[in-house]
Amino acid sequence: MSRRIIHDHNRDGIDRRGFLECMAWAGTGALCVLSGGVLKSYALTDASRAAKAISSGGFSFIQISDSHIGFNKPANRDVSATLQAAVDKINALPVKPACVLHTGDITQLSKPEEFDTAAQLLKGLKSDQIFYVPGEHDVLDGTGKLYRERHGRNSIGDGWYSFDVKGAHFVGLVNVLNLKAGGLGYLGHEQLEWLQQDLGNVSSEAPIVVFAHIPLWSVYPEWGWGTDDSAQALSYMRRFGSVTVLNGHIHQTMRKVEGNVTFHAALSTAFPQPAPGTPGATPGPITVPPDQLRGLLGITDVSLIQGQRALAVTDSTLAGMGPSLTQSMEKP
Amino acid sequence: MMKFARITCALAVVVFLGLIELAASSTMPAPGTSDAASYAITIKDFQFSPRNLEIPLGSKVTWINKDEEPHKVAEINDAFTSQPLDTNEVFSYEFRTAGKYEYFCTIHPRMTGAIVVDPK
Repeated sequence: MSRRIIHDHNRDGIDRRGFLECMAWAGTGALCVLSGGVLKSYALTDASRAAKAISSGGFSFIQISDSHIGFNKPANRDVSATLQAAVDKINALPVKPACVLHTGDITQLSKPEEFDTAAQLLKGLKSDQIFYVPGEHDVLDGTGKLYRERHGRNSIGDGWYSFDVKGAHFVGLVNVLNLKAGGLGYLGHEQLEWLQQDLGNVSSEAPIVVFAHIPLWSVYPEWGWGTDDSAQALSYMRRFGSVTVLNGHIHQTMRKVEGNVTFHAALSTAFPQPAPGTPGATPGPITVPPDQLRGLLGITDVSLIQGQRALAVTDSTLAGMGPSLTQSMEKP
Repeated sequence: MMKFARITCALAVVVFLGLIELAASSTMPAPGTSDAASYAITIKDFQFSPRNLEIPLGSKVTWINKDEEPHKVAEINDAFTSQPLDTNEVFSYEFRTAGKYEYFCTIHPRMTGAIVVDPK
C-alpha cells in the first residue's frame, strides 16, 4: 500500500487513517519502503522477497540502541540477557548484515566495567563491523573521553565520523555533549562545519544514512526529545535523493517522512519508555509485566534494495513480532 | 507521679520527632544551626523540588536523586558540578558567596533550578 497524508487537522503530520494503518502493523512486524515521500508498507511475510532482492545487489545493516548495560532496576533486572537476545536475533537473520550501528546509551553510568560487558556481548555479533555513537549515559564524565577511548579512536572532535558501505555514505553524529541549560540535544558549530564539508564531497545519488542518539527531529521537546541545531544539519542534506536519519534515546519506534528525509527512532534492547506526552508520565523507564518486556524491546533492520531509491526499514521485537506501537508522521 | 512522668516522656518524644521532621523538610534549615543551615532539594520525576530556593549565606544544600534515571547537578558558570547521581545518591554544596546560582542537569538539560544566596 502507498499513500500520502490527506487530513492533518492538528498539523502534526499524523492523520486518523495513518494512525490506524500504524496500529494495523502492531504485533505483525512491518517492512517499510520509503520512496519519494511515499510510504509503502508490507507485512513481514514479504520480507523474504526483500531478502532475495538484497542478496542480488543491495545490502542491509542493523541498528540497535539503548542497551543501558549496568541498569538494574525493576524495568529490567537483566539488561545483559536482553542485549544477548538482540545479538542472537541478528545472528539468526537470513542475510548477514553489512554492519551494525549502535545509536548510543551502550552503558547506564559510563563505567569501564559496563563498557567491557557491552563489548563482550557485542563481540558475538556475526557482522563484519559495528559502529557507535554515544548517548548521554555514555558521556557522564562530561567530556566523553572514556567513550572515545573505546569506540571513537578514528573519530573527529567529540566523536563524529563518516564512512562508506557499498555506495552508501554513513555519518555518525554526537548530540549529547555540551548541552545547554533548558536546551535539547546539541551538535555545535564545529561539528556542523565538519558535516557540511564532509557531505560536500558526496555524490547526490548516494544514499545518505545519518545516525545519532537524540532525535534530529522534534519528537517531543518538553521531554528533551529533539536537537536544538538539527535544522542546520538537515539543510546540508537537501540535495540528496535519499536520506535516512536514525536515532535511539526514546526507546520506541517512531517515523516521519519529510521530503527526501526519512526519520526513524529505534526500540531499546533494555527497557521501554512511555509515548510522548502520556499524562502523568516522565521520560524514564516503565515497568511492564516480565512476559511482556521482550515484546517492547528489539532491533531495526535497514536495507538498500537494488532498484529502490530509498532504504527499507523494518522493526522487530525480541519477542519476534513487530513493535506494539509505531507512530508514523509523513509529510511530502 | 509515675503517670505524669510517662506523659512528660511521651510529649518529649513527640516534640523530638517533630524537630526531626522539621530538619528533614526541604526548605527549612536544621534547628540550632543558623550559621550553617542545611537545605535539601529532591530530584524526582525529572524535576528539582523546590525548583527555586532562597537561603542565607553559608548554607549547605544537598540534592538527592529519587528517580530511576541518573542525574547531574551543574551550575551554569561552573561554580559547582556533581558526579552522576544514581538513585538515592546525594550531592552537597556549601554556598560561601552571595548571589544567584542557576543550575541544570547536564544529562537532561530541560531540568533547571535556581538558588539565591542572601548576604548576611
